Amino acid sequence: MDLTDLLDADNGVISREIFVSEAVYQAELEHLFPRAWLLVGHESQIPEPGDFFSSRMGTESVLLTRDSDGAVHVLLNSCRHRGMKVCRYDEGNTLNFLCPYHGWTYSTDGTLVSVAGELFGVPHFRAGYGGKLDRSAWGLVPCPRVCNYHGLIFASWDPDAPPFEEYLGDFHWWLDNLCSNASGEIGQVRVARGVQKWRIRANWKFVSENFLGDNYHGPPSHESVDAVGIGPGGTSAATRHGAAPGRPRSIASTSFTRLGHGATGSVRYFLGYPAFEEPELTAYFERCEAARATRFEAEGRPIGAMGPATLFPSMSFHAGPFPRALMVAHPVSPWETEVWRWYLVDADAPPEVADWLRRYYLRYSGPGGLVEQDDMENWDYATEASRGPIARRYPYNYQLGLGMTQPSSLRGAVESDYFMTEENARNFYRRWGEFVRGDSWSALMAGA
Amino acid sequence: MSTGHDRDERLERLLLTQELTDVLYDEAELLDEGRWEEWLDLLADDLSYVMPLRLNVAVGEHGAREQTRGGEEVCWFDEGKHTLTQRVGQLRTGVHWAEEPLSRVSHLVTNVRLRRIELPEVELSCRFVVHRNRVADETDFFVGRRHDTWRQTDGTGGTDGAGGWKLARRELLLDQNVLLAKNLTLLF
Repeated sequence: MDLTDLLDADNGVISREIFVSEAVYQAELEHLFPRAWLLVGHESQIPEPGDFFSSRMGTESVLLTRDSDGAVHVLLNSCRHRGMKVCRYDEGNTLNFLCPYHGWTYSTDGTLVSVAGELFGVPHFRAGYGGKLDRSAWGLVPCPRVCNYHGLIFASWDPDAPPFEEYLGDFHWWLDNLCSNASGEIGQVRVARGVQKWRIRANWKFVSENFLGDNYHGPPSHESVDAVGIGPGGTSAATRHGAAPGRPRSIASTSFTRLGHGATGSVRYFLGYPAFEEPELTAYFERCEAARATRFEAEGRPIGAMGPATLFPSMSFHAGPFPRALMVAHPVSPWETEVWRWYLVDADAPPEVADWLRRYYLRYSGPGGLVEQDDMENWDYATEASRGPIARRYPYNYQLGLGMTQPSSLRGAVESDYFMTEENARNFYRRWGEFVRGDSWSALMAGA
Repeated sequence: MSTGHDRDERLERLLLTQELTDVLYDEAELLDEGRWEEWLDLLADDLSYVMPLRLNVAVGEHGAREQTRGGEEVCWFDEGKHTLTQRVGQLRTGVHWAEEPLSRVSHLVTNVRLRRIELPEVELSCRFVVHRNRVADETDFFVGRRHDTWRQTDGTGGTDGAGGWKLARRELLLDQNVLLAKNLTLLF
């Protein structure tokens, strides 16, 4: 799709059409979501053989499964015979998926099939198909690229996609923190059971843009929550995220100019762990912070990279622990999005710490969260008010911080001079345009 | 033919049902009229207020897995009076954009049944239909069940009409898997 007249990321001028046009949306479904690496779930959601979690990639329903040998797979949740969803449960444990329509049965049991998701049971196989149906050719469609990144499961439908680590680049420092407990041990987090899912009447890109470094929206959007405070530590924007008192706040945002990922803050700033009203929590996080500092120095990991952040195109997260949560914005239409939120807790946290964190996440994020409620109001009515033919004539302005960047120590990244910037959004939309207009992977990864 | 004693017991139960139904109606009116501080007065200090997620699970797994558990799993709400007080404070700021301008809200409460009477506490269940109309054409229906525990107190600090009843526990089973509303700015 030709986006020349719609997207001028270099000058910070972007047409509203990319948020409301059906043609642009169709191009996203064709060229972006089937190629990008997307988050599917976390391995702690499927710890045992036979465990499955129903997930979603773009508009497609997929099953995240663990087979009888313990291997993880991502399968398209659609019967090869007439397309019926073979599973309409959110989670469970089974090695066999029976299609309720005509009874085709697929298996992830290695004693029955050679490939996970292979067609195993076909009613009237002898009498009706003469025993000739090639069951090996009609299994559930497997997602060809699956990557377990310290427990987070990512997948891409494009066999030619670069390895996830290349797609991620040096942005991995943010993801590494998301996957680490408060002591900085990588892989030591688990998902609290239950994924919040809700519909918003907004274009999905509002979600990504909000988290990839939009500090500008904070004071006006979230004034009400800062007035009441949700802790830890009182009533200010700083303590909303649990900053330690007196710790310098981030003065930069970080943007990966080619890869499109972006984050508030940089690898150089760490807010620290705050003082709680509960002394046992303060003691726990003091111990964790000390352990983290020692570990990071020994491992050569930078102290910062906490976010909020967005992995291109549609996974956003706070690397934690205040909060430690991720969300995926699934497109439903140009004007509707289904948001899924997972909450991560330290795998080894004492019960009272895990409970405190979970309660904090719930009052912070999601549709019931005191912070996030106001975001959704803005995204929804911005989408609605951009749909009219008159409104569409007037592009959005993305000129905040234009030309006000400096090199980062990270490959392919820049840092903004000022903590409020739209540099991250400009680079995100430039990347988005490259995908949507159908650039090849060699072009997409050149200079990245 | 019931004995006089049975009849007295049934009358007692009827009166208690009506008394608590009136409390629920009074509560609904406080919520719908935006008298949230008076609503907060109805809440016990140790209130547990939980709205679990509802999952699609296989038959036979409903008891164990169909709803997430307050206290350990992800819910829509799992909080107490302190956080609810913060929600009311946020609604009063005038800059809580998700409720500025305020939505129009109606709580309909029905199917009230007493489940356990162990005074001073009474457990009851009821159904709710909460209708929200917002700005111009934004409309949401929230339908489900409440499981409440109400506690009779001496009435100090209470609201006129509540007769000293305080809400000690509320579980809200919303009949939705994917939440079809963009947010939960309401008090249920």
